[in-house]
Amino acid sequence: MKTYLPPQFLVERDVEKCIKCKVCANQCSFDSHYYDADDDEMKNRSENCVGCHRCVTFCPTGALMVRRNPLEYRENYNWRPEFIEDIIKQAESGGILLTGMGNDKGQRIYWDHLVLNASQVTNPSIDPLREPMELTTYLGRKPDRITLDSDLNLETELAPQVRLEVPIMFSAISYGAVSLNVHESLARAATEVGTMWNTGEGGLHTKLYKYGKNTIAQVASGRFGVHPEYLDTARIVEIKIGQGAKPGIGGHLPGVKVSAEVSATRMIPQGTDALSPAPQHDIYSIEDLAQLIYALKEATHYVKPISVKIAAVHNSAAIASGMVRAGADIIVLDGLRGATGATPKIIRDNVGIPIEMALASVDSRLRQEGIRNRASIVISGGIRNSGDVAKAIALGADAVNIGTAALIALGCRLCQQCHTGKCAWGICTSDLFLTKRVNPDIGSRRLANLLHSWSLELKDMLGGMGINALESLRGNRLHLRGVGLTDTELDILGVRMVGS
Amino acid sequence: MKYSQRTNQSVKIDASGIYYRELNTKIRELASNGTQKIELRNVFGQRYIGTNINKPVEIDIFGTPGNDLGAFMNGPRITVYGNAQDGCGNTMNNGEIIIHGRAGDIIGLSARGGSIFIRDSIGYRAGIHMKEYQDQKPKLVIGGTAQDFLGEYMAGGILVLLDLNESQYHKAKFVGTGMHGGVIYMRGSIESHQLGKEVGISDLEKADWQILKKLVAEFAAHFSYNADEILRHKFIKLFPLWLRPYGRIYAH
Repeated sequence: MKTYLPPQFLVERDVEKCIKCKVCANQCSFDSHYYDADDDEMKNRSENCVGCHRCVTFCPTGALMVRRNPLEYRENYNWRPEFIEDIIKQAESGGILLTGMGNDKGQRIYWDHLVLNASQVTNPSIDPLREPMELTTYLGRKPDRITLDSDLNLETELAPQVRLEVPIMFSAISYGAVSLNVHESLARAATEVGTMWNTGEGGLHTKLYKYGKNTIAQVASGRFGVHPEYLDTARIVEIKIGQGAKPGIGGHLPGVKVSAEVSATRMIPQGTDALSPAPQHDIYSIEDLAQLIYALKEATHYVKPISVKIAAVHNSAAIASGMVRAGADIIVLDGLRGATGATPKIIRDNVGIPIEMALASVDSRLRQEGIRNRASIVISGGIRNSGDVAKAIALGADAVNIGTAALIALGCRLCQQCHTGKCAWGICTSDLFLTKRVNPDIGSRRLANLLHSWSLELKDMLGGMGINALESLRGNRLHLRGVGLTDTELDILGVRMVGS
Repeated sequence: MKYSQRTNQSVKIDASGIYYRELNTKIRELASNGTQKIELRNVFGQRYIGTNINKPVEIDIFGTPGNDLGAFMNGPRITVYGNAQDGCGNTMNNGEIIIHGRAGDIIGLSARGGSIFIRDSIGYRAGIHMKEYQDQKPKLVIGGTAQDFLGEYMAGGILVLLDLNESQYHKAKFVGTGMHGGVIYMRGSIESHQLGKEVGISDLEKADWQILKKLVAEFAAHFSYNADEILRHKFIKLFPLWLRPYGRIYAH
C-alpha cells in the first residue's frame, strides 16, 4: 500500500561541504542516508528521518541540517497535523499506535507556574560557597516518635534507611528496553554520586551486581529476573504497580529485542515477547499489596525498605494512604509526563494526572491522616532541571527520579522512536552494533556531571532562601508561590498566589 | 517457642500461637545452620513459610499454612499434610511443594522453576505467567481441576490437570489467554470456548507422553495413586499458537 504519510523531516546536505566520508550513512540506523556509487554522491531518504540529529552531530564538516518538513496543511485548529497523520498511519496498519518517551502534549506544566522564595533584608541569605549546605536525604519509614535513654542514645529501633547524598535518583528503566551499557552508566554514576539507580522490571545483569548498594530492584507484573540473588543484591526492592507513561496497562517488550543477554537476565527464552500483564495477579486489593510487601520483607529479612510505585491517577491520595498502611516504606508517584520505551500513544497522551497535583494531594492527605512519616515520597515524570527538583521538595517530595533527563545526558534527542529498537544514539536498543555507542566510562561521567550540576544549583537556591539544609525546604510550601493559577489549583497545591 | 531438636539434622516445632514473623525467623535460622528437616506441627495460617529460602531443607507442615507458602523459594522441599491457601509457590525459583489436600488461588504465579504437586483441586488464576529459561522449567501438577484464568500469559513450564474426581469436568474459562510459551496437559476434555484465543488444542505426541508419564509417576508416588490407571484415560494438550501473540496489534 502506498503510504500517504508525508516525510516528517527534511535532510539538507551542503554538497560544497560534504566530503563523502559516509559517517552519516553509518550513524543513521533508520536508513535515511546512503552512498550512491553511480553518482559518487551521498544521498538521503528524508521519509526515513526521525529527527534524532545523530548525523548532524557526527558530520565532520557540518554539511548536514535536519529541519521539520515545511509542508503545510490548510490551517485547522481542530484537525492538527498530528491527528491527521495518526489517522493515516492507522488506516495503513490497523493497529494500536505505539510511541516512546513521555507525553508531549500541552496539559499545564505546574512547575512553570510555581516560583521559589529568596531572603531579602529581614533574614540573611547564605552563601553556599562559604558555608556547608546539606542535601543528604534518608529514604525509609520514620518512627512516630523517638525515645532517648539517660545518656541521650537512641532507644527507638529505626526501620531500614537509605542515605542519598543528593535527592535525585535515576528512574526505573529496564534492561531490554535500554542496553547494558546504559544500565552500567546509570549504576556507576549513582555509585559515584551516592544516589540510587533502578533496574526497572527486566532484572539485573550479573555484571552489575557490584553496584548493588546503589541499586533499586523492581518486582513488576512480569516478575522477570526476580530470584533470591536479585533480591539480596539490591538495597531497595520496589513493587511496580504502574508507570506514568502507561497507567493501567502492562508492557510488551517485543521478541526482537529479547537478545541472548536480555534473555539470560529476564530468564525467558530468546526471541519470545516479554509480556508484562496489566495487573500483578497476586494484587487485587490493598490487602493483597500488603501481602506482597511483607513477602518481600520476609524475603529480604526486614533489612531493606520496600518501595511501591504507582502512576499518578485521579484517586492517588486515597491509594497512597492505602499503600502506606499496607507497609510501603517508600511510595513512588509517576506523573502524566513520565516516559517509557514503548506505550500506546493514546494512553501516554490521555491517561493520568500531572505529578505536581498528585504530589501535593498525596502529601497533604498523608499529613492529614498523621501517617506522612511512615513512608518517603519519591516523584517522577517530567523533572527537567534543578528548579523542578527544588519545587518538588517544597511541595512535599523526599526525592525525585529522573529518567528522560538522564537519557538526554547520554545523547537522547527525544525523537520518540524507542519502541522501534533502532535508537541511533545506542540507548534504547539491544542491537549490539548500536549499543556500543554508549561508552559506560563516558556515559557515567556525563550522568555524574549532571547530578553534580543540579546539586550545586540546589545549594544555591537553598542558600538564597536562607536555609542550609534540604530538610528545611521539604514540604515547606511557604517557600512557593503560584503564578497564573486558579483558586482551585492553588488550593490543591497548598500554595498562595504571588504577591500574597 | 516450643521446639525439640531430635538430632542435629532434624527439628520439630510446635507452631500453635506463634506469629508468622517469629516462626519464619526460626525456620530461616535453622535452614542456614544446616538443619536438613524441619517438622512444623499445628500450623494455623502462618504466612510466608519457606519464603526465599535458598537451602535444600525439607519442611513438613501439619495443619494449614497461610498465603504465599514458598514464595521466591529456591531449593526447599515443602510437604503439607493438609490444605494450602493462596499464592503457594509465588515466583518460586526452585524446589518442591507437595500438598496433601487442596490449595487456593494464584498457585505458582510467575514460577520459573521447581515442582508443585497438589492432590486435590485448586482455585482461580493458577500458573499465570509461569516461565522457563534453559533447564529451569516449572511444573505444576493438579490432581483435581482448576478454575478460571488457568495459565494466563503463560510463558513456559508445564501445567497438568488430572481431574481424578471425574464427576466434575474442567469448568475453567479463559484458559491460557495470552499464552506464548509452555504447555498444559489435561486429562479429559475442554470446549474451545473455554480457551483463550492464543491457545491451540491437540492430541499428545510421543514426546508429550514421555514428559507426562514422568510427572504422573511422581504425582502417583506422592499421593499413593496408580499411575498406569491415571494414564489410561484420554489426555489433551494445550499449547501457544504464537511466540508473539500480540505482535500484530501494534503499529508505529
